[in-house]
Amino acid sequence: MDLSFSFRMNDLKSTSLQQDKVYDFLAIGAGPAGLNAALYGKRKGLDVAVISKKKGGQIVDTSVVDNYLGIYGLTGEALAGKFLSHLTDLEVPVLENTEVVDYFSQGLLHNVVLSTGEIYQAKALLLATGSRPRLLSVPGESKFFGEGVSYCAICDGPLFKGGDVFVAGGGNSAVEAALDLAKLANSVTIVHRSEFRADKILVDKLVAHPKIKIFLQTKITEIVGEARMTGLLVENLKTGENQVLMGSGIFIEIGNIPNTAPFDKLLKLNERGEIITNTKKETNIPGIFAAGDVTDSLYKQIIISAGDGAIAALAINEYINQTEF
Amino acid sequence: MKMFTAELEDQLREVFQDLVDDVTIAYFGDGDCYTCSETESYMEEVEALNDKIHLKKYELKTDVAEAAKYNVTMAPSIVILDSKGEYRGIKFNGIPGGHEINSFIPALLEVSGAGNSLPKDVMDRIEAIDKPVNIKVFITLSCPHCPGAVHTAHKLALLNSNVEAEMIEAQTFDELSNRFNVSAVPKIVFNDDKELLGNQPIQQFLSTIEAM
Repeated sequence: MDLSFSFRMNDLKSTSLQQDKVYDFLAIGAGPAGLNAALYGKRKGLDVAVISKKKGGQIVDTSVVDNYLGIYGLTGEALAGKFLSHLTDLEVPVLENTEVVDYFSQGLLHNVVLSTGEIYQAKALLLATGSRPRLLSVPGESKFFGEGVSYCAICDGPLFKGGDVFVAGGGNSAVEAALDLAKLANSVTIVHRSEFRADKILVDKLVAHPKIKIFLQTKITEIVGEARMTGLLVENLKTGENQVLMGSGIFIEIGNIPNTAPFDKLLKLNERGEIITNTKKETNIPGIFAAGDVTDSLYKQIIISAGDGAIAALAINEYINQTEF
Repeated sequence: MKMFTAELEDQLREVFQDLVDDVTIAYFGDGDCYTCSETESYMEEVEALNDKIHLKKYELKTDVAEAAKYNVTMAPSIVILDSKGEYRGIKFNGIPGGHEINSFIPALLEVSGAGNSLPKDVMDRIEAIDKPVNIKVFITLSCPHCPGAVHTAHKLALLNSNVEAEMIEAQTFDELSNRFNVSAVPKIVFNDDKELLGNQPIQQFLSTIEAM
């Protein structure tokens, strides 16, 4: 029996931020980008706080992190725990279970309105709000959500023990999910509409696995079932042939959509909906910076997000020093 | 074999410094039921870490009066009693291992009187619950979001005696999980009827209860 202990007494104590003061900078989001930015900002002597929906961000959903230099074999949650401890030791407040729902400026100062109604003010903002799972957008997907359709393989995988399941996607997350699921399921079928993008080391494991079947160049056109899902309707993109594959669950790992609301109205976004940033992680609005998966950074990786957060914090420090508020 | 490493024991000892009053873990086993011996030794290891934590062991089939008192119908089951020996509606069905240690430890602390209060508007809504509410939170041990949902349900139970909240480990109790059609977790079921999926904020729990 493994025990993934990550609870800290601070989790029971509600962190509070002050509404009647001007922070130097507020990091929105508590994934690697937001947390590392807060760390760098604090060490520069800035008055910094973190506002977040979920401590740790998306890394909490990762079973094992094996590609962060110096860290391997640690669960995503344990790594997030290490990040958070570092900030707790430096007494950086981290607000949780809340979201920024609105924004307004007052001269050079930025105000964020939270879902709880509180308003906080800062000289600079760092948007590090990450991304959420992309939907397949096929018939049956929303109908069978929680009835076979899942977006969290590590959470829901054990419920499909001995079953026949699918994974949609061809990146690292999809391949890792398939390998994870194969430990419990009777069979795992990975369906992807083009070729694998995942690391070779992972694809090799996938191909060699006796329980895993691979359908490349295959498009999922519908998730079918009655009360629960019973299978997929797929189209072979090379031959145009359609067929039904039988299975009781599908884990959708086809990438992510950036969480840009409510800033999407103000900021310049690229065609994928990501916030456009320059090398200093500045957006088109002075004093608003962005880092991590919410931005147009090329590769979405924990270590890259953390690094981007550091760049943003240093640039924010420079911005605050050079600006008269 | 011990479940706790020396490092984890140290971490837990430190966390338990914040226990206020005594708490009792009432453990219900049933012969050699699935995960029962593991759960029992896990609870023994927790008890050994702080003098304020006490363990009482019962058998589901023979300690019928105690099982009825705490509404325990499956094993392994754990209920947490406060310093007066009162059941506060906080129950775990199945081993609170894996990620779920992160809802079990705060449950001990909160029943002992540690932790902060909630914002006044939320407290008012909790106090206004005037009908019996049973909350079942189905979880898997590998689910990082699940302890959050269990903790929220337990918090409601702690703050209003009309509410009873139980964690249910979906794999151990697969018949019950199938009956409630659990194929994604955390799945939260109110009075065996209304459902929520995912780790929802306490306001969403309250809205669901208020609409019943």
